[in-house]
Amino acid sequence: MDNWIWRTEKIPPAVTAWLTGLLGNPLLVDLAKMAVVAALLAGFVSALALALVWIERKVAAHVQQRLGPMRVGPHGLLQTLADGLKLMSKENITPLEADRFIFHLAPLLCFAATFVAMAFIPFAPAIQAVNFNVGLVFVLGIGSVGVLGIFAAGWASNNKWSLLGAMRAGAQIISYELSATLALISVIVFAGSLDFREIVASQAAGWWIWRAPVVGFVAFVIYGIASIAECNRTPFDLVEGESELTAGFHTEYASIRFAMFFLAEFVNIFLVCSISATVFLGGYMPLHIGNLEGFNRLADLIPPWGWFFAKTSALVLVFMWVRWTFPRLRVDQLMNFEWKFLLPLSLTTLAVASVLATAGWFFFPG
Amino acid sequence: MELTRATAAGQPGTFAAPGYEDYFVNMGPQHPSTHGVLRLVLKLAGETVLGLTPVLGYVHRGIEKMGEAMSVLQFTHLTDRLDYLSAHINNWGWALAVEEALGIEVPERAQHIRVIMAELTRLASHQLWWGVLGMDLGAFTPFLYGFRDRERIIDIFEKTCGARLTMNYVRPGGVTADVEEDFAKDVGAFLGYFAPFIDEYERLLGDNVIFQERMHGVGVLTPELARSLGCTGPVLRASGVDYDVRRARPYGLYPRLAFTVPLASAGDSWARYQVRIEEMRQSLAIIRQALDAMPAGPVRAKLPAVLNVPKGRWLSRVETARGELAFLLVGDGSAKPWRVKVRSPNFSNLAALPEIIKGCRVADVVAVLSTLDVVIPCIDR
Repeated sequence: MDNWIWRTEKIPPAVTAWLTGLLGNPLLVDLAKMAVVAALLAGFVSALALALVWIERKVAAHVQQRLGPMRVGPHGLLQTLADGLKLMSKENITPLEADRFIFHLAPLLCFAATFVAMAFIPFAPAIQAVNFNVGLVFVLGIGSVGVLGIFAAGWASNNKWSLLGAMRAGAQIISYELSATLALISVIVFAGSLDFREIVASQAAGWWIWRAPVVGFVAFVIYGIASIAECNRTPFDLVEGESELTAGFHTEYASIRFAMFFLAEFVNIFLVCSISATVFLGGYMPLHIGNLEGFNRLADLIPPWGWFFAKTSALVLVFMWVRWTFPRLRVDQLMNFEWKFLLPLSLTTLAVASVLATAGWFFFPG
Repeated sequence: MELTRATAAGQPGTFAAPGYEDYFVNMGPQHPSTHGVLRLVLKLAGETVLGLTPVLGYVHRGIEKMGEAMSVLQFTHLTDRLDYLSAHINNWGWALAVEEALGIEVPERAQHIRVIMAELTRLASHQLWWGVLGMDLGAFTPFLYGFRDRERIIDIFEKTCGARLTMNYVRPGGVTADVEEDFAKDVGAFLGYFAPFIDEYERLLGDNVIFQERMHGVGVLTPELARSLGCTGPVLRASGVDYDVRRARPYGLYPRLAFTVPLASAGDSWARYQVRIEEMRQSLAIIRQALDAMPAGPVRAKLPAVLNVPKGRWLSRVETARGELAFLLVGDGSAKPWRVKVRSPNFSNLAALPEIIKGCRVADVVAVLSTLDVVIPCIDR
C-alpha cells in the first residue's frame, strides 16, 4: 500500500524527476509537464463524456424497463463512440441568417468552460492539474462562462425557439448559481479555506455533510438541487425542453458543434458532482468511523481516487435517477422556487452556519 | 383577438403598438409535441401566450367525400383512419349507422365482443395519453410505461383480427370473425395485470408535486364554454357536465352494464387527468362484466349480398376515448351513401384550446393540449 496507487502524492515528483532526467532544461521540463497534464486531462474528459453518455442511456433504459444500447460492442459500450463518429461525419451547418462568429464561438465557450474547470478538481492527493488558494471561487466563476456560451448560441442561431431557450438559460442559471454558491459558502465557513486540497484536508475527522450540524446536510441538498438546475437537467431542463422548445438553444446546431454542447453538458454533471463530493463528502478521503480500527483499515484498502470516483458516481447516479423520474417545472414556477424558497433557505443556512462556525459548535472542532 | 393568416406570416399584429412587433412562433406542423401535424401559431409576450390559432388541414384526405364513392362496408376501412387510436369504436359508430339504416339485428355474442373491444380501445388510448402527457411535461419514463401496458392490449387485438392499429374488426352486422379460443383468458389476464398499474401511474406521475403544480388551475374550461364549443368526452366531464353517450344515448350493450361516469368540477388540466385515470378503472369493470356474460353463438348477422342504403338520414353516436363521435349517413336507395358526415370530438375539443390558453406560458400550451388529448387525423379527416 505504499506504492503510487495508494500514495498518489508520489506521482508528480516522480514525473518531474523523469522529465528532468530526459530533458534537463527546467523550462523545457515545465513545458513538457504542461503538455502531459493537458493531454491527460483532454483524454480524461473525452473518456468521461463517452462513459457518462453510455451510463445515462443505460440508467434511463433500466428505469424504463428497456435494454438500452446493446449492439455496438458488449452491452453497447462503443455506442457513444459510434454516435460521436457519426456526428463528426455530418455536415456542419451554419444557418444563413446566423451571426456566424458568435454561432461558431458558442460551443467552444461552453466546452472550454467545463474543460478548464475540470483542471481544479482534486481526484486524489496531488492529482490535480492546477491548485491555488481560491480554487473554489475560480471554478464557480469559470462555470458561469458556460452560460455565456448557451446564451450566445441561442442568440446567434437567429431562431425563435433558440432565443426562448437562451432567455430561459440566462434567467435560470444565473438565479440558481446564487443558491449553489451560498450553499458552498455555508461549508467554506467551517472549512476556513477556498483551496480544494485544504477543504478536503479539513474533513479528515469527518465529512462536512454531518460534521456541520444540520446545516451541512441542508446545504448539501440545496447545492444538489441548484446544480441540477445549472446542468439544465430534468426537472430544470427548460433550456432545451424538447417537448416545448424542440431543442432549445442548440436547435440549429449540427455535427461536431452539437457534440461539443452535448459533451460539455455531460462533463458538467461530473463537475458539479465532484465539487459536491469534494466539499460535502470529503473528496478523496476514505470513510473512517471513529475508533473502528478494522473498518478504517478496510476503508483504507480502497485508494483515494477510488473513494473520489465512488462518491462522485453515486451523486451522478442520483442526478440520472431524478432526470428519468421527474417532469419539468414551468418557467415561472422555476423562478418562484429559487427566489421565494431556495434562496431564503440558503441565506438562512449560511447565517446559521456562520454562527455555528464562529462559536465552534460542530463535531470535532479544532 | 385578431390573428389572421397575414399576421401569422410574421407581419405586425393588429394589437402592436408603434415600433413594436408581436412575437409570433409557429408551433408545428413539425414539432415534438403537437401530436401529429398540427400547427399552432402562438402570439407571445416573452413566455406568456397572448393568443393562439390552430391551423388545420395538413392531413386532410377527403375521407367523407371518399365515402360517397364506395359501399357502406368498404367505408368501414376508412373509419379506422379517422382517430387511429380508437379504431374499434370508430368502426362501431359506422356500423351502428348502417345497422339502423338497414334494420340489421346484431347477434348477442358480437355485442359483447364489441363492448370488450371498445373498452380495451379506450384503455389503450388512455394509456397512450398518460404516457404522452408525461413526455410533454418533460418526464420521459411515463411514455414508455404507457406503451409497455398498451402493448398488451395491442397484442390482444392482433391475435383477434391480425392488425394492431387499423383493425376494421367491427363491421355492420357484427364483427368480422369470432375471437380466438383463449380470448377470454387473455383479456382476463390483462385485467389482472393492468389494475395495479393504474395505481403505479398515479404514484409515478399523479403524486409528483411538480406534476400537480403543472396541472392545477391551468387551462380552466368552464362548463358554459365547454357546452357552447361542443366539447365532449373527458374534457367536458372534467368541467362538471354529466354527458356520456354511453349513458345519455345508450347503444350496444351499455344499458345492461353497471358503471359510473367519472366527473370532476374544476375544469382544469388536473380535473381532466383525474377523469381519465378514473375512466381507466371503469373500463376495467365494464370489460369484466362483458367478459363474464359473453354467450356463445354467431358473431355476424346474415347480410344481403348488396347493402342498398334506403332513402333517408341516420345519425349514430358513440363515445370514443375522446368524446362523442357521430356519423351521419344519408342514403338515396343505391349501394353507395349519398353523403357521409363525421362529427369529430377532437375538433370541438381543440376549439377550446385558444380560449383557455390565454395568459398561460409556452410550456402550458403543450401541457393543456396534451390534456385535451386530440388526434389530428380525426380533425382533418
